[in-house]
Amino acid sequence: MTTHDVLILGAGPAGLAAAVELKRLGVRDVVVIEREQQAGGVPRHCGHLGFGWKEFRRVLSGPSYAKRLVQAAAGIDVRTGTTALSLEPGGHVHTVSPEGQATITGRRVLLALGTRETPRSARLVSGSRPWGVFTTGALQQLVYLARTQPCKRAVIVGTELVAFSNLLTMRHAGIKPVAMIEPGDHVMAPAPGDWIARIAFATRVLTRTRVVAIHGTRTVTGVEIEREGERSVLACDGVVFTGRFVPEAAIVKVSHIALDAGTGGPVVDQYGRCSDPDYFVAGNLLRPVEASWTAWGEGRAVAHAIAASLHGALPAATRLIALEPQSPVRYVCPQRLAAPAPLPAALPFNARMVHATRGCLRVLAGKRVVWNQERRFLPERRIDLPFDTTHLGSTESLAVDFAESAHS
Amino acid sequence: MEPPAPLFDVAVIGGGVVGCAILRRLALGGAECVLLERSADLLAGASKGNSALLHTGFDAPANSLELACMRAGYREYLDIRVPLNLPLVETGGIVVAWNDEELVKLPAIVEQAHANHVTDVRLIDTAELYAREPNLAPGALGAVLIPGEHVIDPWSAPLAYAHQALAHGAIVRRSTEVQGGEREDDHWLLATTTGEITARVVINAAGLYGDQIESIARPAPFEIRPRKGQFVVFDKPARELVYSIVLPVPTARTKGVLVCPTAYGNLLIGPTAEDQEARDVATVDEDALERLIERARTLVPALANHTVNAVYAGLRPATQFKDYQIEALPDRSWITVGGIRSTGLTSALGIAQHVADLYAQHFGALDWTAEPIWTPVPNLCEERPRRWQEPDAGEIVCHCELVTRHEIEAALSGPLPAGDLGGLKRRTRCMMGRCQGFYCSWRVAQLAAGRLTDVPAAIEER
Repeated sequence: MTTHDVLILGAGPAGLAAAVELKRLGVRDVVVIEREQQAGGVPRHCGHLGFGWKEFRRVLSGPSYAKRLVQAAAGIDVRTGTTALSLEPGGHVHTVSPEGQATITGRRVLLALGTRETPRSARLVSGSRPWGVFTTGALQQLVYLARTQPCKRAVIVGTELVAFSNLLTMRHAGIKPVAMIEPGDHVMAPAPGDWIARIAFATRVLTRTRVVAIHGTRTVTGVEIEREGERSVLACDGVVFTGRFVPEAAIVKVSHIALDAGTGGPVVDQYGRCSDPDYFVAGNLLRPVEASWTAWGEGRAVAHAIAASLHGALPAATRLIALEPQSPVRYVCPQRLAAPAPLPAALPFNARMVHATRGCLRVLAGKRVVWNQERRFLPERRIDLPFDTTHLGSTESLAVDFAESAHS
Repeated sequence: MEPPAPLFDVAVIGGGVVGCAILRRLALGGAECVLLERSADLLAGASKGNSALLHTGFDAPANSLELACMRAGYREYLDIRVPLNLPLVETGGIVVAWNDEELVKLPAIVEQAHANHVTDVRLIDTAELYAREPNLAPGALGAVLIPGEHVIDPWSAPLAYAHQALAHGAIVRRSTEVQGGEREDDHWLLATTTGEITARVVINAAGLYGDQIESIARPAPFEIRPRKGQFVVFDKPARELVYSIVLPVPTARTKGVLVCPTAYGNLLIGPTAEDQEARDVATVDEDALERLIERARTLVPALANHTVNAVYAGLRPATQFKDYQIEALPDRSWITVGGIRSTGLTSALGIAQHVADLYAQHFGALDWTAEPIWTPVPNLCEERPRRWQEPDAGEIVCHCELVTRHEIEAALSGPLPAGDLGGLKRRTRCMMGRCQGFYCSWRVAQLAAGRLTDVPAAIEER
């Protein structure tokens, strides 16, 4: 059985960027496996523009960007239609492909498995369960890959940035957006998302509105909503649940590798290294969810850490300082700081809040404040924690806490 | 000139598990049968959503027809499951007492089980309980072990019955709703949405519509009162947390909420028990689902770290009576099979035996000399080899449930192809995993284009 230098799971932006960078760094034997029939990852089915500026200095559509990623990886052994079944110690990954089951081994393994949205079922949405209930990802693939018009009039649930991409997908497929629904006071995507919806797409954005139930027996006939105590039904034949991304980590959950409850992804240090130091992580498996160029950048950065690890140049994970988020900090990623930290971090420390709030976010070594910042914080926005990792003394953990402003 | 419509020996109304089992039994007995199903596919009513258990009958009412049918159905399932390639997940069941009030009821449960001829049922102490179920919450006071309670595949089994019936010459007509019927000379003339059907004998296995169909023959002596059960399915990593079917001590009203593994490798909690009017739709309800999840996490604290895959609700065709409503009406050439409640999956084969006896007694001899033709169905049970594990597995379409393109194509063809998306999901498990179609619904839509009633075909390139 051959042992490859690096085995990469997932041929999306993170996995392909890592493969290309590893080659550039002189790592010869890199294998990428991808369970889909085509490499490229999620951008394959994001039919709209907005990809590729950081990577290729071009404004590309998702599919064009995915093609570029694949072209950039020409010469690399990318095996599509190959599904990882289980992760074992020693870098052994059990797989299945049309050639049958096999164990593929990497001296190092990079997990770049990506992310997906939370479907209607796991959101526990009330009502019937007819055809016509989708996630953004499913709708995009039905429209751009299968070239179907899965519904004609759809309600979009959620106002994260990804929710607005549905307007473009729907325009492409001739689906009329009926309304966008947001339980909070404000649209979650950064401005000017809401006025784009209103003006460019003539779509109502209903804030402080929640979905009560889905109606319809064979196909969706409407979405019942509640707004300011009043219930009504929006007639439609489609509902798209957007956002609430979760790392696609089921294979990790049943493995020996530690998962973090906060991110839903593996526990990693600043090099992207897992609790099993032969395994690394990059891209949106780390946490939900960043744009393609961030995942791509993480793939490149973690490739450097992996190359260093292969040469024995990455500091051993002997002393790990745990970063401990305190409510309302939802998570911190990476979750561990390997100390001492002579090399630059591949993954900068960052955090997210559970809800919108104003106050002071702090990183504490015992009682000593290592870093703090006072401002307004929004959920679903990345908060960078650029604290100094070199002078932490003998602390075993770093608390990441938050004190709300008195006047907020 | 159109050929004269065939005169069937039997028209079975209703393509649920009971109708499929009856169709199989009578076809094996040489009767010329047709099954009429109102939906685009079989198993679209009460048989769509249940707890997928093969019951011993340990807690069934003593001396009831339900118990007799369950015992007979249980035995026949074990006899035919191998040639039909149907699974049996030998979990056993455990009734757990969590307080003194429940604890004192346990001996009576054992007594009733023994009276029902389920003789291996016994009390176990908490040491044995926790040895069997180490992830169960602490605080249990005692338990009853029912070794014979098992988990099966609730959809493959009735589909296998239907396939065997087809092999023996039966005909299945879907999207065929019976709208009325009249006796003419020596046969029934049934008006349906796809034309007239003539048959000497009609069997009403219409489940949730049983009382409405019964009124074709006579004023219905029972009234269907749909009872809804909601369920929550946890993702596969949770499967290993529970080994048995963990049952509560039943109350007068309900058997209560159980936790058990599924044949597909998930963990299931449910059902609720809610009476409702509607027969055609079983809605889920956020509050009820949250209570189920909370209950599951109380019973099995480690479930706090596990996520929900799917939720569903099923309807049971309960009536005002406790027992099944099965009888032959010799002067009407009609057999009523009504009020088959939640035990129908277990009892269906036994009901079919009973119905065949009634048929032979009142309407004509059956001929059991033909050698049965076995029609094994594809295995979907996680504990047995799946298609993707075979050397020529080919493309995997559904990543969560590891469903191959071969399986989807097979389910879309053959003598009983999937009629709608629900039927395709029940035959293959595609789109039924943790992502619920995020990754594979486009590919399923592509493969199924033009072949399912509810999935849109591809549109022209713009």
